[in-house]
Amino acid sequence: MQIELTLNGRPCKAEVTPDTRLLEFVRQQGCASVKCGCETSNCGLCTVWLDEKPVLSCSVLAVRANGHKVTTLEGLQAQAAEFGAFLADEGAEQCGYCSPGFIMNVLAMEKELKQPTEEEIQQYLAGNLCRCSGYQGQLRAIHRYLNRKQEENHE
Amino acid sequence: MNKYVSAPVRKRDAMALVTGQPVYTSDLLPAHCLTVKLLRSPHASALIKNIRTDSAKRVPGIACILTWEDVPNVRFTQAGQTYPEPSPYDRLILDRRIRCEGDPVAIVAGETPQAVDTALRLIKVEYEVLEPLLDFTKALDNPILVHPEEDFKALCDVGADNRRNLCCCGVNEEGDVESKLAECDIIIDQTYHTLSNSQAMMETFRTFTQLDAFGRLQVTSSTQVPFHVRRILSNALQIPKSRIRVIKPRIGGGFGAKQSAVSEVFPAIVTLKTGRPAAIEYTRAESMTNGSPRHEMQIHIRLGADKEGNIKAIDLHTLSNAGAYGEHGPTTVGLSGHKSIPLYGKAEAFRFSWDVVYTNTMSGGAYRGYGATQGIFALETAVNELAAKLNMDPCVLRSKNMVKEGQVMPAYYGEMLNSCTLDKCMEKAKAMIDWDNKYPAKQLENGHIRSVGVAMAMQGSAISNVDIGSAEIRLTDEGYYIMLIGATDMGTGCDTILGQIAADCLDCDLERITVQGVDTDQSPYDCGSYASSTTYLTGMAVIKTCEQIREKIVAQGASMLNCSVEEVEFDGKCVRSLLDQKEVTLQEIGYASFSGSYSVISACVSHTSPVSPPPFMVGIAEIDLDPDTGKVEIVDYAAAVDCGTVINTNLARVQTEGGLVQGIGMTLTENIQYSPKGNLWNNSFMQYKIPTRLDAGKLRVEFESSYEPTGPFGAKSIGELVINTPAPAITNAIYNATGLQFRSLPITSEQIAMGLLTKNKE
Repeated sequence: MQIELTLNGRPCKAEVTPDTRLLEFVRQQGCASVKCGCETSNCGLCTVWLDEKPVLSCSVLAVRANGHKVTTLEGLQAQAAEFGAFLADEGAEQCGYCSPGFIMNVLAMEKELKQPTEEEIQQYLAGNLCRCSGYQGQLRAIHRYLNRKQEENHE
Repeated sequence: MNKYVSAPVRKRDAMALVTGQPVYTSDLLPAHCLTVKLLRSPHASALIKNIRTDSAKRVPGIACILTWEDVPNVRFTQAGQTYPEPSPYDRLILDRRIRCEGDPVAIVAGETPQAVDTALRLIKVEYEVLEPLLDFTKALDNPILVHPEEDFKALCDVGADNRRNLCCCGVNEEGDVESKLAECDIIIDQTYHTLSNSQAMMETFRTFTQLDAFGRLQVTSSTQVPFHVRRILSNALQIPKSRIRVIKPRIGGGFGAKQSAVSEVFPAIVTLKTGRPAAIEYTRAESMTNGSPRHEMQIHIRLGADKEGNIKAIDLHTLSNAGAYGEHGPTTVGLSGHKSIPLYGKAEAFRFSWDVVYTNTMSGGAYRGYGATQGIFALETAVNELAAKLNMDPCVLRSKNMVKEGQVMPAYYGEMLNSCTLDKCMEKAKAMIDWDNKYPAKQLENGHIRSVGVAMAMQGSAISNVDIGSAEIRLTDEGYYIMLIGATDMGTGCDTILGQIAADCLDCDLERITVQGVDTDQSPYDCGSYASSTTYLTGMAVIKTCEQIREKIVAQGASMLNCSVEEVEFDGKCVRSLLDQKEVTLQEIGYASFSGSYSVISACVSHTSPVSPPPFMVGIAEIDLDPDTGKVEIVDYAAAVDCGTVINTNLARVQTEGGLVQGIGMTLTENIQYSPKGNLWNNSFMQYKIPTRLDAGKLRVEFESSYEPTGPFGAKSIGELVINTPAPAITNAIYNATGLQFRSLPITSEQIAMGLLTKNKE
C-alpha cells in the first residue's frame, strides 16, 4: 500500500507492506540515525517524532504515519550538533549508539517542559537506556545545555 | 608540558555520533546484500535426527540454506584470544548435537527478511530430545556429557577433559594454607554465587561479508578483536588467513561481548557458498540467549584472621559454569582468584583452585571484569563478614590488611607492585561519603533505613607477555600524521586517547593526527581491545613509535639543513639548525620525503609488557532501603580510583560511572532464570532489567593517581576495574541496614522483604 507523509520537512511518497514498522521505513528512506536496540519497546534507541511528539518507531506501523509529519535526527542536524556538543564535552556519548534516540527525546523535552527539575528530566528520559555512560554525564550535559539557554534568555 | 594528556579532550568521532551519521556496521551494508538468519534449537539438549529444507528452499528469494552437513567438520573456538587459545576447540559452525537453547540448526540466506522468515518456518527438524544438564554444581563427572565427541581438542594444557564435563581445572598456592588456617582465631567459611550477566551493549552482534576484487573474503564486523576474528574464521571455514580481511567500523558497545566471534561465521559461510554479500543482525533475544555473557560462578572461601583482624590465610575455590562451549572458560576463572586475593597483602598463605564445567546452559564469554568481578564480590563480601564477626569497621579492617606499593604479590604471578594508592583511595572514599558519621546505618522518619557499605577492587593492565599493541605513524606531504592502530575503539575513545598521547609526544595539535583503525590488511597487528590493555599497552607502542618517527624527521630535516642530527632541534613544527637558526617546516620535510627520497617518513613499533600493573579502587555505596518492600535505592556512590595517570579526564570519569551502573544492575536487578527444560526466561529488556537513569543514583568519582613506571605517562588501565565494587559494597550496605547477609546475586527486593519477614518472625 502507498503512504504519503512529510519526512524531515520533505514530502515523501512510498510503497509499504502493512507490517512495515516505522523504524524500518525511515531507515529505508536513508535515516540511518534511527537504531533498533531491542524488540520490546524498552530501550528508546528508535525514538522519532510523529507530529512533534516522540514515539518509539519500532512500535509504530509505517501506515500510521500516513498523512503525518515524521522527524528524525537527520532533520534536526543543527539542534543535534548544538546539544551533542555538550554531550561530547562530557565524553558521555561513548559508543554513540543510543545518542540519536536520546537526543530526539532531550529535544522533545526541551520543547515540552519549561525549566524542568532534575527529577522531571530523569522521569522524562527514563525510557532511553544507555549501557556505557551510567547516565551521569548525560545529566551533566543536559544541565549545562539547559542552563546555557536560560542564561541567553536573561540577557 | 603535556597539552593533551590528562585533559578532558572531546572524542574525535563524537560529533559524527551525536548527529547520527551512518558509521556503524548496519549503516554500511553493500547493495543487494543477502539477509542471513539462523534457525535455532528450542531444546537445551538434543540430537538432530533429520532436517528437511526442500520446501524452504522453494520460497522465492531464498539464496541458500545450510545445515550441519554443509559446514566444515573441524572444531574451533569463537574466543578472541592469542594463539594458541586457552579455550578448547569445541564447536562447529552447525552441529548435529544441540548443547544449549538457541544452538544454531540451519543458516538461511535470502533477498529479503520476509523471505528468510518464511523459509525458517518451513524447515522441518526432527529432534531426539535429550535430558539437559543444567545444574553446574552437578556437572563434574555427571553421566550426561555435554561434549562426548572424539574430536574435542584443547590446544593448551588447561586440564580439560570432555569425558568429565571439564573445560579446565587447576590449582595455584603459596605457603601452607591449611596450617595457617589452623592457627587462625576466626575463619569465615562461606560460598558465594554470581549469575551469568549479559553485557547488553546497545548494538547487538552484527556482521556483513562480501568478496573483494581479488576474490578474498571481506568481513565488516562489530568486533573488539579484528585480528583474532581473521584466525577464527580461517579455522571455522578452513580457508587460509591470507584470504580474509576484517574491518571494524564504529561499534555500539562491547564490554567484552565482542571479544568472541559470535556472529561473523554465519554470513561468511554464506558469502563463500554464494559469492554474494551477506549480513546478519542478532536480535536482542539472540544476543541474550546465544551471546557471550559473564560466567556464572560459585566461589567457596575460607578466610582466616587473628583476633586483631590480621588476615593470615585465604583459600578460594571457584567453580565456573562454561555453559555449552568453552569460550574464555579457562581464563576468566583465573582472574577470580588472581585478581582478588592480592588485595590482601598481609596474608601469609593462599590457595586458589578452580574447576570450569560444561552444562547445557548458554555459553559464557568475556564481560568487563572477566572473572575478577565474581572473585572480588566473593572475597570482599567474606572480608565484610569477617569485619562483622570481629565487630570491626570494615574500612579499618581493610586499611590494616590491604596491599601496599613496593610489595611482591605472590597471588599475582609474583609481580612487584610498583604503583598503588589504595590506601589514599580508602581515605578519599570515606571522606567523600562521610563514612565515620554514616557507618553502619540510621533509621529515617519514614521507616526507611539509610546505610553504607564498602569494597575494594583491582584488575590488571593487559595480559603480561601475551598481549601486543602496535602503532604505525606516517608523515604526509602536508606535514600531518596518519596513525594506524589495531586497537579497537568501541566507544571507549581509544582513537582519541592514543591520539592525545601521540600529539604530546610529537608536540603538535591533535588535529594534525588522523587516527585510523582497524583493517587487518592495513593496521599493524594488535591483539585487540580487551583485558584492559589498550591505553596501557598500545599507548606505550604509540610513545615508542613517536620516538622513532621523531628521529627520522630530525634526520631528514638535518640533511636538508646540511647539519648533523646533533646540530638541530625539532619543536614539532620545524627542524631548526642550532648553528644558524635556519629551519625547515614539517611540511617541507614531508614534501622532501615524497620526492627522490629513499624512504618516506614512517615508523611502526610494537609493544608488549612483562607485567600487568593493577589499577585499584575503593567504592562506598550509600543506600536507602525500604523494609516494607525491600526496595534498595542508591542514594550516593563514592568511587576513588587509582588508574595511574589519567590520560583523558572526561573519558576515565565516564568509564567509571558506566562501570558502576553496570555493577549496580548486576547486584540488584539483572537476573538469569531458566525453565526446568533449560529455556532462558530473561531474554529481553522486558525481563532482563538493566538499570535506567532512575536506578543509577548519584555517583561521584575522584582519582587518586599513582604513577606506573611501565605505563604511558604513568597510566594504568581503567575500563574493567570499575565494575567490581558495586556488588560487594551494596551487599555490605544491605547487611548494615538489615542484618541480612546475602551471598548470591542479584539481591532482589523480594528477597530482602521476605528475608526481613522471616527474620522478624524468629
